[in-house]
Amino acid sequence: MVIIGGILMASYAPRKAPLGVAAALLVAGALLLLCAGVLLVSLKDFSRTTFLKVFKWAIFADLVTAAMIEFAFVRDHTNGASLFIVTCMLAVFTLSVPTTIAFTVARYAED
Amino acid sequence: MTDTVKDVASLMSDGPPRERAKIQVVPLKGLPIAAAAVVFVTLAIAGNWQWALVFCHVAGGGLWTGIDLFVGLVLGPILGRLSIPARAEFSARFMPKMVIIMPTVVMMTLATGFQIARKMGNLYAHSPNHPWLIASFCVVGVMAVIALGILEPANIAVLFEMNKLVPNGELIGRLMKRFIYTAGITGLMQIATLIIMTRVATQ
Repeated sequence: MVIIGGILMASYAPRKAPLGVAAALLVAGALLLLCAGVLLVSLKDFSRTTFLKVFKWAIFADLVTAAMIEFAFVRDHTNGASLFIVTCMLAVFTLSVPTTIAFTVARYAED
Repeated sequence: MTDTVKDVASLMSDGPPRERAKIQVVPLKGLPIAAAAVVFVTLAIAGNWQWALVFCHVAGGGLWTGIDLFVGLVLGPILGRLSIPARAEFSARFMPKMVIIMPTVVMMTLATGFQIARKMGNLYAHSPNHPWLIASFCVVGVMAVIALGILEPANIAVLFEMNKLVPNGELIGRLMKRFIYTAGITGLMQIATLIIMTRVATQ
């Protein structure tokens, strides 16, 4: 969802993108991430130690990527509501990718 | 591939667990190189440094496309014909390096590419290259979903599994199948990128 939203925002740059569509995609992405979080917390037979170990490393890498993308948008004078939506999209992206990676590893862990 | 999965499973469960060197999932020696690339790209964007932007975009993009196509079309079929122990030994050395290399070259390519497009006016609606750039955004979006959602989790999971005392060969085979199934799509996307970028550069 946020990748589609990001493509939409980038395709309108340096003009102002239609924020309604981007905001709707952001909300949808955030809701899906929230569902994933709730489902993860409710899992019983699951290695949370391995999940957190992998999550830490993966989020570090994704934070660097997200910071780079944010920096590029700020450098291009994106501001106001557009910048807010881009930042929120990056936050959802930064949380969802490490969650996917960490879950894939942790579901097969033995501890 | 099903014979391979069976072979891996039997190889992995025969006899007592063997002592193997622990695989470093993230090769720490590669982190300074990745960090240097990040710093260089940041400086290039901050200073609007034309040469550095083009260098990072061309070098990063060339490496990204080259590695993807070479691994998918050349290494992949060769690996499929190797014995299981040879395949496991190659993967144990190769996959950790990909964990560092691929995100770095992708970051270099995309961050500087956007800046170059803005600088050259290709992002404006009236630019003849605008539709081509939108196409490249879509191509990159597809590759991002495949790489971040399917391949990278499988890559890390395989490395963790190989570090276990008795790795589950069937699981490793199942996870590695993702690379085979997505190789066609990513190969197509990379060829599309080559067509788009050469079109943009010559238009």
